[in-house]
Amino acid sequence: MKRIEVCVLDSLKNPVETEEIKKKINEIGINISEIYSINVYNIDEELTNEELEKLSNELFADRVVEKYSIDKPIREELHRIEIGFLPGVTDNVGKTAREGIRDVLGKECEVHFSKVYALEGNLNHQELEKIAGMVLANKLIESWRIFKSGDTSFIPYIPKVKIKSEPTVEKIELPEQPEKLRELSKQRLLALNVEEMEKIREYLKKPAVRRRRKRAGLGKEITDVELEALAQSWSEHCKHKIFNAVIEYEENGEKKKVNSIFKSYIKKATEDIKKSYVVSVFHDNGGIIKMDHEHNIAVKVETHNAPSALDPYGGALTGILGVNRDVLGTGLGAKPVANVNMLCFGILDTDVPPKVLPTRRIMKGVIKGIQDGGNKVGIPTVNGSITFDECYNTRPLVYAGTIGLLPAEINGKRTSVKTINDGDYAIMVGGKIGKDGIHGATFSSQQITGNISSSVVQIGDPITQKKVIDFVLEARDSGLYNAITDNGAGGLSSSIGEMAQMSGGCEIYLERCPLKYPGLDPWEILVSESQERMSLAVPPESMEKLKEIAKKHDVELTIVGLFTNSGMFHILYNNKTAAYLDMEFLHEGVPQMKLTAEWKPPEKEQDELWADEIGFGEGLKKLLSSPNIASKEWVVRRYDHEVQGGSVIKPLMGLAGPSDAGVFRPILEKEWGVVVGHGICPKYIEDGGKMAMLAFDEAVRNVIASGGDFEHMAALDNFSWPNPIKGKGNEDGGIKLANLVKAAEGIYKIATSYQIPLISGKDSMKNDYFDGKKKYSIKPTLLITVVGKIENIKKAVSIEIKESGDILYVIGNTRPEMGGAEYLVLQGIIRKNIPYVEIEKNIRNYKKLVDAMKLGLVRSAHDVSDGGLAVALAESSFSGGYGVDVNLELLKNDGCSETAMIFSETPGRFVVSVKERDVQSFEKIMNGADLSRIGRVRGDKRFILRLEEKILINEDAKELRNLWRGGIEWRG
Amino acid sequence: MAGLKALILQGYGINCDYESKYAVEKVGGVADGKHINQVLDNPGIIHDYNLLFFPGGFSFGDDIASGKVLANKIRYGIGREILTYISEGKLILGVCNGFQALVKMGLLPEPDFEQRVTLITNANGLFEDRWVRLRINSSSPSVFTKNIEHLWLPVRHGEGRFVPSSKEIMDHLIGKNLHTMQYVNERGELGGYPHNPNGSALNIAAVSDMSGQIFGMMPHPEAYNHPTNNPFWTHKYPKQGDGLELFENAKRYLEELG
Repeated sequence: MKRIEVCVLDSLKNPVETEEIKKKINEIGINISEIYSINVYNIDEELTNEELEKLSNELFADRVVEKYSIDKPIREELHRIEIGFLPGVTDNVGKTAREGIRDVLGKECEVHFSKVYALEGNLNHQELEKIAGMVLANKLIESWRIFKSGDTSFIPYIPKVKIKSEPTVEKIELPEQPEKLRELSKQRLLALNVEEMEKIREYLKKPAVRRRRKRAGLGKEITDVELEALAQSWSEHCKHKIFNAVIEYEENGEKKKVNSIFKSYIKKATEDIKKSYVVSVFHDNGGIIKMDHEHNIAVKVETHNAPSALDPYGGALTGILGVNRDVLGTGLGAKPVANVNMLCFGILDTDVPPKVLPTRRIMKGVIKGIQDGGNKVGIPTVNGSITFDECYNTRPLVYAGTIGLLPAEINGKRTSVKTINDGDYAIMVGGKIGKDGIHGATFSSQQITGNISSSVVQIGDPITQKKVIDFVLEARDSGLYNAITDNGAGGLSSSIGEMAQMSGGCEIYLERCPLKYPGLDPWEILVSESQERMSLAVPPESMEKLKEIAKKHDVELTIVGLFTNSGMFHILYNNKTAAYLDMEFLHEGVPQMKLTAEWKPPEKEQDELWADEIGFGEGLKKLLSSPNIASKEWVVRRYDHEVQGGSVIKPLMGLAGPSDAGVFRPILEKEWGVVVGHGICPKYIEDGGKMAMLAFDEAVRNVIASGGDFEHMAALDNFSWPNPIKGKGNEDGGIKLANLVKAAEGIYKIATSYQIPLISGKDSMKNDYFDGKKKYSIKPTLLITVVGKIENIKKAVSIEIKESGDILYVIGNTRPEMGGAEYLVLQGIIRKNIPYVEIEKNIRNYKKLVDAMKLGLVRSAHDVSDGGLAVALAESSFSGGYGVDVNLELLKNDGCSETAMIFSETPGRFVVSVKERDVQSFEKIMNGADLSRIGRVRGDKRFILRLEEKILINEDAKELRNLWRGGIEWRG
Repeated sequence: MAGLKALILQGYGINCDYESKYAVEKVGGVADGKHINQVLDNPGIIHDYNLLFFPGGFSFGDDIASGKVLANKIRYGIGREILTYISEGKLILGVCNGFQALVKMGLLPEPDFEQRVTLITNANGLFEDRWVRLRINSSSPSVFTKNIEHLWLPVRHGEGRFVPSSKEIMDHLIGKNLHTMQYVNERGELGGYPHNPNGSALNIAAVSDMSGQIFGMMPHPEAYNHPTNNPFWTHKYPKQGDGLELFENAKRYLEELG
């Protein structure tokens, strides 16, 4: 065993990273004077000194700026804390180092990467432990060793997984008593309820089932492999049991029955709308819509909330990579061309319950995960948002979405259709299988309790994934497989299990699966969620060519079994049957849940008055620097918006103005573009129905403001809810479920009115945290993502004002709706008359605006949302570098006070600017719409809002911009 | 070989190959994507081309150091072929991660497989996506930047801080005008952050070798392939994607080379 340590020369030490760590250490009450970071390569091989010198010089150390040391600690005079991965955790640097050594020495060596922090300061062992545990390491995936100054007793760090037991298939007798069934489910982390467990028990008793099982060599007990496969397949995560439940719904004493929220509202909306550009919805990993005669896009948005709460970096990274794979596994495989991410965090620098990570740490980790997930795979991040609210202190929400491009046909075959034939090979490509990610699907269906097995957390490997993407796209274009899907929740059990429905059965040989280390039990191999894997169905005659392509891309490919038409989900281990379940039972056997929902309308609004003590100008400044409105530039610059070369409207335009939606051209030769925007407004949860319509409208507005065509849009719904099942410890489950029903009704109403089909969605249903005493629940949070098309990208519009003298308009009517308005939230005032969406009016206004934009008459457009008209105007003004002169006397409104005109958050509105010479044409086209010509752009930087001669706000736009940009102290 | 014929390196985390190929084709060149393994298996293949293009990306995940593992693979695998290739007057371009690989394998600033300069973690310690103003050194021998005075291009990197190994190397770069692009502010002067997005010594953004055939740059010319890539395009519509000028220059040079 050998060890090479590398660190940067003192003269080039970058103070930024270490200052940040110093600050964090300081925050836990320990003072250090200096810290140095050292990279360590632990090599599990006896290499000669000559070889080690060569490796150090040519691979590990950059001799221009770094020094190295072989088998001797750098800075042994200081205290040293060494952080390494726990056994079995993916070590990407170690893997690359192995590749690098092969090139330099022609030898195969196992390498383990670790990091040493050398600390200067008078510290005792206890303090060093504290620093390691609280600042430097993430206990779920890393361990540490401490070497006090002068201690040279170190040995290389080689984390090896040691599993003693022989892999076995366990047989389990399902007990008759409900209590014992519950206990069994709990003990094995199955997340199945008693009714479901009973259903399984009764299935096994059927004479026909018994006979078949006997022939297959199984007894009357169930095997652990079968039980785990059922638990995956029947999990909330995979089966959406709440969305498909029968719900007894009660409102004002009136009762109704909702038989599946999904079928009654979401699916029904799309069926009722009947848009010709909808290609494939709901049954695949993502939804597919048509863009032109030859091209479709596949879209999917996922949540990765639970993993991000525990390991923010790993959780967000695997969230992004996971949703990339969803799209890669949609149809015959779409090329990921854009990522979006919508994040919800708690309040920065606030106290959180024990065992919960501080918000700042969660936020930084999540952002780094998204950064690496997008940038390293080479997918531009084109749109996103961050919402801060106290309710996310214990549970951040990480919504990650991907848009993929796929040709409509390949070799005359439609790419939206998958077919699998009896005898096709079941192939797994990509990463190896380890214990990581076991029980991810069932875990995410439960509330977090503070004590978690580390196996649910995992590190993603963007480069392995990129290799898999390159491989899949080449194999796709060569027509070498019949079907593809990703290995996500539930591992092979779900991916192969679901694909097997297309042929009518499968036969899988678990011992063939490539493992990261030996000793995994068969059930673990089947359900492991180890990352970066795809499953394919391949006709035998294509195998040779497929293997060649895999070799070229250095991608591991394994035949793990066959697809059959036996009607059975047949799993073998060392030639013995380990699972033998009817396909139909596995996929359709789960009993439908029965739930109750009770709606209580919010209390009547009290006619409460508030004092505008802060003044409009000060109020605007405070709003601009408040976390939900302030610039997110610091975050956005961490993401690559340009890769793949097709950016049109990026997250930051002009003087870093905050774009409403992302626009890009996925095919560089074409002049049409994809537009993607979103709406999320948990603050309106007083009424789930109104909230859903507000989120939907905001998403549509964002897409329209950027140039999207109202006639070519599709929406995705992502629900993150607190547990909506009423029961002990969750007494208000009924109202949470009622809000879910309301939200789905709201979506149905607005989607069918706007004629925008829903093409995909996801629900994450148990976003609660229990610290042993108290339960913390998030606000029900609905994200609506809208994708659309722009026929000619040159007609896209950004939010910034473009020129002095241009005329300013507001489109849409302003109403005195201050409930949830940021201006009041800022002052701690809660009012309940939340805004509502005036659907018919909006449709008329939107259609006319889109027409005007298509003619190129609109120079800037910005949707009015958080902070109302004042904030939208300010953002447009300072992002273009101009001032404005606006007279609110000219604003169409329904009896608004000055405050409401400036700060009300009535939906359906835009601020647009038009060249003076185009005013006539513009007003002609907009005839019949709610249009207010409110003022003009000033050549200087004065930002003036007045009521005729009465000045309401008179500020310097540049100062407003500085406040907006500096609103959040991001560092540290 | 008439005209521009580019071999675009792919695989192992290279991720700007698609738009790089487009940029070459847009100026009328031919571009073939080849996986690193295809080139290593058949080193002679590079002689079928006259532009060897190392695109941006995260080859090998930037693990150990950006571009390092790719640099070793190329140096050990096809180093000798590359020297022959250069001797025929042909071109090599490295963008971002490709630039990192070129300096780490020792093809820049001198093609002798000796590393003299490096690109390290940005001064602010962060990955940065930002459009930058570039001043072009009109005395540079680079064939890629002939007759270009200024460029406005995006950078997207976490390790772009240019550092020479010694003062002598820096003096040599300056003396021979190999420092081909420098980050500048609105007034065309060498400014600090954010104009110099990574803290590069002397604001150096791109380097040429003495022959002008080998060129590495941190900013991405292939990402400014259309007027709508420019973050100010909605204010003033540009004539073209200015990044394409570099490829037009390469094409012109290669047409003359024949």
